[in-house]
Amino acid sequence: MAYSSTLGEKLNHIFSKLTKRGKLTELEIKQAMREVRVALLEADVNYAVAKDFINKVSEKAVGERVLESLSPGQQVIKIVNEELVALMGSENAKLSVASNPPTIILMCGLQGAGKTTISGKLAFMLKKQGKKPLLVACDIYRPAAIDQLKVGAKNAGVDFFEKGKTNPVKIATEAVSHAKKMGLDTVIIDTAGRLQISTELMEELADIKKAVNPTEILLTVDSMTGQEAVNVATEFNNKLDITGVVLTKLDGDTRGGAALSIKAVTGKPIKFCGTGEKIGDIEPFYPDRMASRILGMGDVLTLIEKAQEAVDQKEMQKLEERLRKNTFTLDDFLMQFEQISKMGSIGDILSMVPGMAGKFNAADIDEHKIVKFKAIIQSMTKEERLNPDIIKGSRRKRIAAGSGSTIQEVNSLLKQYEQTKLLMKNANNGKLAKMFGRRF
Amino acid sequence: MGFFTRLKEGMKKTNKSFGEKLKYVFTGNEIDEDFYDELEFALVSSDVGASTAEEILDSLKQKVKETKTKTTDACKKLLKQSLVEILEQAEVTEFCYPCVILVAGVNGVGKTTTIGKLAGKFDKMGKKVVLAAADTFRAAASEQLTEWANRAKVKIVSSSEGADPASVVFDAITSAKARGADVLIIDTAGRLHNKVNLMEELKKINRIVEKNYPEAQYHKLIVVDSTTGQNALSQVELFNKAINITDLAITKLDGTSKGGFLFSLVNTYGLPVRYVGVGETADDLLEFNATEFVDSIIE
Repeated sequence: MAYSSTLGEKLNHIFSKLTKRGKLTELEIKQAMREVRVALLEADVNYAVAKDFINKVSEKAVGERVLESLSPGQQVIKIVNEELVALMGSENAKLSVASNPPTIILMCGLQGAGKTTISGKLAFMLKKQGKKPLLVACDIYRPAAIDQLKVGAKNAGVDFFEKGKTNPVKIATEAVSHAKKMGLDTVIIDTAGRLQISTELMEELADIKKAVNPTEILLTVDSMTGQEAVNVATEFNNKLDITGVVLTKLDGDTRGGAALSIKAVTGKPIKFCGTGEKIGDIEPFYPDRMASRILGMGDVLTLIEKAQEAVDQKEMQKLEERLRKNTFTLDDFLMQFEQISKMGSIGDILSMVPGMAGKFNAADIDEHKIVKFKAIIQSMTKEERLNPDIIKGSRRKRIAAGSGSTIQEVNSLLKQYEQTKLLMKNANNGKLAKMFGRRF
Repeated sequence: MGFFTRLKEGMKKTNKSFGEKLKYVFTGNEIDEDFYDELEFALVSSDVGASTAEEILDSLKQKVKETKTKTTDACKKLLKQSLVEILEQAEVTEFCYPCVILVAGVNGVGKTTTIGKLAGKFDKMGKKVVLAAADTFRAAASEQLTEWANRAKVKIVSSSEGADPASVVFDAITSAKARGADVLIIDTAGRLHNKVNLMEELKKINRIVEKNYPEAQYHKLIVVDSTTGQNALSQVELFNKAINITDLAITKLDGTSKGGFLFSLVNTYGLPVRYVGVGETADDLLEFNATEFVDSIIE
């Protein structure tokens, strides 16, 4: 019941077991997927959605070739992530605009999802974009809901429309005529929170829809919602044919599996998210970012991407060849440094590696040392690089002077080179590329 | 009307599929892996949490073995029994007066509504109630509580939007003492539990109560929305860390959500569930009943 371990940590744990074993087998994938399933469920992804997802990913993972530059574990993470992104949709979905103004946005959702707050934020955002929004108070049930929206309108600096506690369908209709008359181009209708099983209140929403024919019907969902998200989204979508979803309270620490469930069962895009207490705290929703949030391992994914991009497969093969022949030279050593540099700062990379984040202080890693090492090797002659044994006293002095370092530093580099060479010689069965992926 | 009856009433409104979904869990007779899979489905679909569900089922399997249980009906009985036991581990303390109830929770769980209902409840019992509108952050929060106070005809202490909530609490304590109130209920702003500064503000409110009203029995009630998933655990963990929660209230159980995270919560934090919110009217706040709660998950 330990909540503190995130989905990412859990997956890392599973995959660290796999990494140690080298090749992936069908059985191992099955095992890993069982854990992935539990992890998804703990992230509040719906039971059925998680099941479908696992089946799909397992099919993909079995038989997929493990890329040279990745460990088998990383390869599985990659597949899981790709499928998750595919499911979430890859692009940010924009708000539709009516060809014949005003654009009408109908907000709906359960009680406490954050409709009134997000309505105010939406109005504020649209106003910043040069629109003229009108906020309409159709929540006639909750005490002081009208007052709350009124304050929201004031904070957003937009027009506000209310008719007290009269029929919401009538309020909405009159608000639209009001907007037309006043030249306001966007009407945002805030409605009362309601349970999706409340026939009467759902009917009311359908009536509002019929009366004003909204451009957008946005279902507001609390990002902390559990398994219920599927029921809510399905019912609202069946009744109203929603056009999109707004996810609120994403500034909390929820893993937000509900987002995946909603997307999976309705197919409707999540368009915006609420990310804070202030009126400006509304952001477009980026599905790929959400995918890594649900996985809780965005950093690991970035590392995988970087490793894939940076490591030149051919170069690595050459290196491997040389290793097998035990001719690992200082040139190869230099190349290894360059590969590492391409991937970004060492501190960054280490913090991305599963299990390393807490253990390594970025300040402990001396980036300058790497730069210096490169300079030292670059100050050597071709002959010296191929045959480091000839580097004795006077050569060392010259190299130190040429690279702006001390003799101690040159010694230290040569020592590290010897150690690396030994290490690689011992790892005679492993592929270098894999070692490379694992060593830092 | 009992809590379970209300839930059933609520469920009648929905399509049948939901009730039946859970019913077919126990229609077979043989205890096999399919049966346990269906059980897992029932638990996880109720937001019990995957790992908690696994723990529950592992211990159930053990019990089934030990007691040589053969039928699914008997197995279901065993399961229900152990679930009820989990929930009954913690007991609520009886109210003695004067008392303070500090109500906290994340945004939108139904704190103000719960307080409105509570005010009516105590008023009906003949208790003198004072409400403190210490949510000075959300727009119109104080107006919302005032409307509830008017309905229940109880005294409310409030301040302008943006005022220091701690000062509202201080004033409310003074007022409660002066009026010889039996119950002081403090409404606080919804706050996400991972916001350090907002949790500090809550700690400050807590200190004000401890320091200025030591003679009152002090309840710290966290309100959790039953539609919440596993984040409920994080919420309670961090609120508990900040102010040592004493009671739980679970709201919006009139929908189809189940609030299965309660098992973990009660088990981990030993907190009793005091109230259940099942609707929007003043009477829709019920005492928690473990058996009825479990029945709603496993029919």
